[in-house]
This record gives sequence, C-alpha cells and structure tokens, in this order.
Amino acid sequence: MEATIALAGNPNSGKSTLFNALTGARQRVGNYPGVTVEKKEGRYELNGIKLNIVDLPGTYSLTAYSPEEVVARDFLVDQRPALVVHIVDAANLGRNLYLTLQFLELGVPVVIALNMIDVAVERGIRIDAEKLAHLLRLPVVPTVARSGKGKEALMEAVAAVVQSRAPIDPLFISYGNEIDPVLSELGRRIQAAGFLTQRFPARWTALKYLEGDEQVRALGAKADPRLHAELEAAVARLADHLQSTADTYPEAVIADQRYGFISLILKQGVVTRTGDLNRLFLSDKIDQVVTQRFVGPLFMAAVVYGLYHFTFGISKAPVAWVEGFFGGLKGLAEAHLSDGPLKSLIASGIIDGAGGVLGYTPLIMFMFFGISLLEDSGYLARVAYMLDRVFRAFGLHGSSVMAFVVSGGIAGGCAVPGVMATRTLKSPRERLATLLTAPFMNCGAKLPVFALLVAAFFESHEALVMLAITVLAWAGALLVAKLLRVTVIKGAATPFVMELPPYRLPTLKGLLIHTWERTWQYIKKAGTVILAISILLWAMMSFPQLPEVVQAQFEERRAAVLAAAPAEIAAEMAAVEKEAGEGVELSEQAQAVKEQLLTIEAEKAGAALEHSIAGRIGRALEGVSALAGFDWRTNIALVGGFAAKEVVVSTLGTAYSLGEVDPEESGSLSEKLAAAPGWRPLTALSLIVFTMFYAPCFVAVVCISREAGTWRWGAFSMIFNTLLAFTLAVLIYQTGSALGF
Amino acid sequence: MTRQNLRKLTERQSAVIAAVKADGELGRRIRDMGLVPGTVVTVCGRAPLYDPVALRVMGYTLTLRNNEADYIEVVVED
Repeated sequence: MEATIALAGNPNSGKSTLFNALTGARQRVGNYPGVTVEKKEGRYELNGIKLNIVDLPGTYSLTAYSPEEVVARDFLVDQRPALVVHIVDAANLGRNLYLTLQFLELGVPVVIALNMIDVAVERGIRIDAEKLAHLLRLPVVPTVARSGKGKEALMEAVAAVVQSRAPIDPLFISYGNEIDPVLSELGRRIQAAGFLTQRFPARWTALKYLEGDEQVRALGAKADPRLHAELEAAVARLADHLQSTADTYPEAVIADQRYGFISLILKQGVVTRTGDLNRLFLSDKIDQVVTQRFVGPLFMAAVVYGLYHFTFGISKAPVAWVEGFFGGLKGLAEAHLSDGPLKSLIASGIIDGAGGVLGYTPLIMFMFFGISLLEDSGYLARVAYMLDRVFRAFGLHGSSVMAFVVSGGIAGGCAVPGVMATRTLKSPRERLATLLTAPFMNCGAKLPVFALLVAAFFESHEALVMLAITVLAWAGALLVAKLLRVTVIKGAATPFVMELPPYRLPTLKGLLIHTWERTWQYIKKAGTVILAISILLWAMMSFPQLPEVVQAQFEERRAAVLAAAPAEIAAEMAAVEKEAGEGVELSEQAQAVKEQLLTIEAEKAGAALEHSIAGRIGRALEGVSALAGFDWRTNIALVGGFAAKEVVVSTLGTAYSLGEVDPEESGSLSEKLAAAPGWRPLTALSLIVFTMFYAPCFVAVVCISREAGTWRWGAFSMIFNTLLAFTLAVLIYQTGSALGF
Repeated sequence: MTRQNLRKLTERQSAVIAAVKADGELGRRIRDMGLVPGTVVTVCGRAPLYDPVALRVMGYTLTLRNNEADYIEVVVED
C-alpha cells in the first residue's frame, strides 16, 4: 500500500528536524512549479505501507498572501494527501492550533505531533495529550524531534489513519451570530451551484470570500462570474454592517472566533501551567545582552565578520585544491594535444569552464553552512530585528545584510554565494531587491582590477581609494535598492510581524543535509548552464581566428629572429624547447632572443583578440564608450569581464600585447597603462566605477535568474546594471574632463 | 484603565489588546500571530534604533514595527 502524507507546521516548530529524522538522507529537493518555494520529499516505510512524505513550507496560516502559503494550500487541495502531520510547538500550543483549525476546516485529516514536549515541561507547561486528542477528535502524539523520541509512535498513528481511510467532515466552527447566518447562506448557494466544489468544501469557499482571499476570489470570478458577484455583494453588505455597528472587519471577527474556539479547548484542562507565563528563560537572558543597544550591534558586527571569515577564509584551501586540480588537468591537455582550436576548446573552454563551476562550490558550501547555523540557532532573526530600521529605509530587510556582506560588503566576497544567501529572506519584494543589488559589492574578482588601476594612477592614496571603493559600493547598492523598490519592485514593505524563536543548538545532521542539498542543486542546475556559457564566451574571444596571411607574417618574423641569432644560440633554444624545461638557465644572448620571440607571441595574441568577435564588439563600441573614456582595448577587457571580473586584467594585458597577465601580479601592466596615451587618473576612476556597477559576471547572472525564478531578472540585471554603470562613468569622465582633470 | 496605542507602551509594561485596526495582509499577519482582542502583551525590548519592538505574547516573542504597532489599541491597568 502506498500513500502520500504532508508535514506542516509553523516555522521554528522543529518540522525540518522531524522530516530529517524520518527520512534521513532519502530526500529529494525540487521546486513547486512556477515559484521559488522549495519542495522536499522523502520516503518512510512502516508495516508494509510505503509513505511518500512531502515537507510543506513552514507557515503560520493558510492565506493567499505569501507564495509559501499558496503552495501549501494548493498541495492540500489538489494533491489530496492521505493526511497532514501537523508539527506543533508544545510550548506555544494556542498559536499553533490556529493553523490546525485551518487544516480541519479544509477537511484534511490531521495527526498532531506535539513537538518539543521536553521544552514545554521545562517551562512549566503540562499538556494533556489524550484530552486534546479527544476534544479535537484526532490523534495527538508527543514527540521530541531532536532526539527522535516519539517518532515511532507518531508513525504508528499515521499508519492507522492511512489504513482506516475514513473520510472526515470539515470542522464546523461557529463564528458568532453576525457571521454564521451569512456563512451558512453563502455555503448553501455555493453547494447548490457546485461553485468550486470540485476543489474546496462549500463552507470553506464562503469563509474565504468573507476573509477577502484573493486567490479564491480570482478562481470564483473565472468559474461563475454571476455567483461571484452575488457573493461579493453579500460580503460587502456584511462588512458594512460590521463596520457601522462594531467598527470591525469580517476577517477580524473570524480570527477572534478561531482563537476563542482554541481557548475554549485549552481551558478544558488541556494545558496547565505552573509558574509565570512571562518568566525570563535562558533565551531571554541571552537576548538582554546580544540585542542590547550598544553591545548588540558590536556583537552582530563580530558575528557577521565571523561568517565572512568562515566562508572565505576556510574555503581558501579547498578552492585552491579545485583550482590546482583543474590547472593540472589543463596542463595535461596542453602538453598532450596538438596545437589548434580543439586544444584551445578543451583547455580554455571546457576545463576552465568546469573549473569555474566547481571553484565556487567550496564557497557555496561554507556560506550555506554558516548561514544555516545562524538561522537554525535563531540568531539570524535577531540580526533582522536589529537592522530592520536601517534597511527598511531602502526598501530592504534586516537579513539583507548577510547577502551584501557575503557578496563583498567586506571587500573580497563573492556574489554567487551572496545571491544564494538571500534564500533566508521570506519577504519576496525585499528579497528580489537584495539579490539584484548584492552584485554591486566588491567581490574578490573585482579587487585585482581595482588594484591594477590604483597602482597605476593613485599609488600614493592607495588605502584611501580602497576605502572609498567599499563605501561607494554600499551606497550604490542601497540607493539602487531604494530606486528599484519605488519603481520596478514597487509595493509596501512586507509586514515585519516575525517570531524571535528561542535560541537552540542546531543539529549537525540538519546542517549537513541542508548544506549538501543546496550545494548539489547549484552544481546540478546552475553548473550545466554555466559551463555552456563559458564555452560560448571562449568562442567569442577566440573566433574568427586571424587570417592565414597574418598568421604567416608573425611566423615569418619569428623565423627571422631565429635566423638572425647565431647558430649556437638557436641550437641552445631548440634543446631547451625539446626538454620543455622552464627553469633551465639560458645564456644572456639566448634570453634576449627568447624575449623577442615572446614579444612577437604577445603581439600575435593581441592581434588575434582584436580580430575575434569580442574584439569587434570592442571596436564597434568605441564610439559610444569614448564618452566614458574607454578605448576599444578596455571594451574588449570589459566584455571578457563578463566571464569573471578578474579576466578584465588578463584581457587588458593581451590587448596591450603583454601576453596573458596574471591578475595577482599586474605590475607590468600598471606601468604600461600609466604611460599609455589616453590614460589618466580620470579614465581609471571612470573604469573603477564602471567595473563596480556593470553587469554581474554570468555565473552570478545565472544564480540571480534561478533565485528570482525567471530569466527576466537575470537579463534585467545585465542590462540595467550596465546602463547604470555607463551613465555613472560618463558622468564622472565628462564632469572631470570639463573641470580639467 | 487607559486605552492607548501599543507603540506608547514602555519597556516591561504589560497591556491587554483591545482592538486591531488593520486589515489586508498586515491585519492578517497580526492576527495569525495571536494578537487578537483579549491577548496580554508585554514589551520586552526595542531594537537599537528603538524600532522594531519585541513583544512577549502567549509565552513567545514577537517583533513588530512601530508603524505596525500603531494599528493595535491596548488597555493598560493603572
């Protein structure tokens, strides 16, 4: 026998812990169609019953205001799970039962897991589970998800309900003598007309009309416009009546009556308390310190810095291993393949691309581990609480700070894990604004570009300029967020009605499962796209190749240099080349010859780049980009920077015929730029600002698209950011020029 | 017995909710969290910039912005 059951409950009720305890590693993570809400499924077997367990998103209610709630409700209505296991925080029974009632009104069978019963007992709350079960007419099983206690008993109860397959009637709650007559009347008409009855119980539909539920009203308007209009009119009459007689709303009365129903149940000896309800527990005492006016922000700065250090400090070694591995692989390919486009494709397209994809995984892993730790422990909610006032001013959320810092708010981060860090944000508009602006921060790949330009033009003020760059990135991100929130992502701030859960020690199992799932999702979903795009970019930088005539010219020059050299030098060079030894000492004369050859090689690479698609784009854009002070060489470098920002440095090196420049050691390029015609400090400043704000690297764009749920936002970030960056750069360059800089 | 705005409560002060004047999403969120007439709330802290406010409700802690608290009227025992 097979059956699907759903796990539901408030956030922080221990739902994920119970899900992990039941299904272990046998989980599948996906997305609900059309939204970015995660869908987790797992399997459990008991007495020959195969249970498919779906972990619904944590919610306090079943309204249509958030995607999580719509998803949970649609699942219950459309997939008809055999039952819902409602995980209830035993210490907060009253508030949690509010959701239980909504399941019961929908006519879904419920089994209650009275979770964290140990904490409740500790807090002096005694719960008579049998009495509660009797009054609600459903099984109630005390559990402690962390230790797995009560897990078997819970699943026995589930199996019994699944096997009995007894249909249940939706719960009938009285909503008082104003609402009840209207509710019954509307329910009768809905039933008689068969209005949406395929999906919802009639009385429930009527209730949703009274609550002004947008999803149900939209469905109703489509299904039967006439009845829909009648229902709306009846609701409006009741609303007017309530407004004039009691100064209240139907939905307020409904909520009050639900809580009234709950307190009636609880008062029948279900809950007995010993001790003061508002006594200060350990968690409150911790809060008195870590959210204190002066200590709080300092402690938070330390934690945020710690997260940053954890993500980027510890992952340094694994990132180096990944890079080393792919570097070795590339070396092997270069040594064993014959020269030509295939070798270039394999070495520079595929291997570099795959290395690029996997190079981010250690960062993503450590970032998710760190953030999950903060989230599961309850501290992240405090960060949101303390910073809300600041970030709300820009249309963001207190938790946005995590995404900004990881992206490079402390210079040297990375927007890829940064964008993913927005997952902890539950407010959709604030989240979107955060993930679109986080890439403005100065990630580790932009730093070599800044270092190059600062070394060339602002060497005496290095520290000051670097500080200004960080401040500028924050100012830019916050102001653009505000701009987006009053234009394309318009909408009121999502209410900050949020629970501050008690501090808890996260379970290692939960953290590891969470981290692994997210990382694997990145590799699987984003990885393939990223690999494909990196091959495309490689092709843009390599094709079309130089015409054979031109290639032959470079070959001739090379031959001429070798011919001009004395015979023994040529022999020496040939011998060295055969051994492929790089560390071999060359005589002074041979060294000079070698340098001549390298110069020709670099000039050839420069010519090839100029000839490629990227080069042509760079040339074509010169007319426009000159407004910001960029010549075609800079343009090509910026096109290359779309692959990864540090590529700007190496591409600029190639374009200036210096050969590939190592972004970490760009001294020679700095000197070249400082002396190059057309370059002055103003050009460098313009380029710094442009690099900071223009299109995120494509890996970040892929992640933005995935997190936002549509490619449109990825495209938006490329176009909008580039336009913004260009406007700023032009403004700086033109104003500066006019002022004589 | 004075009826006043929730925003005006001082730290550690308790009161009973008399009315919630919000509708729409905010009203629904407030009620979902158990802030309905008759519930006892205690202010247990304010964020470093004095907004949002942290409340103790039915044995758990809840945060609310000041401009959201404005929709809630409470009665304070004198």
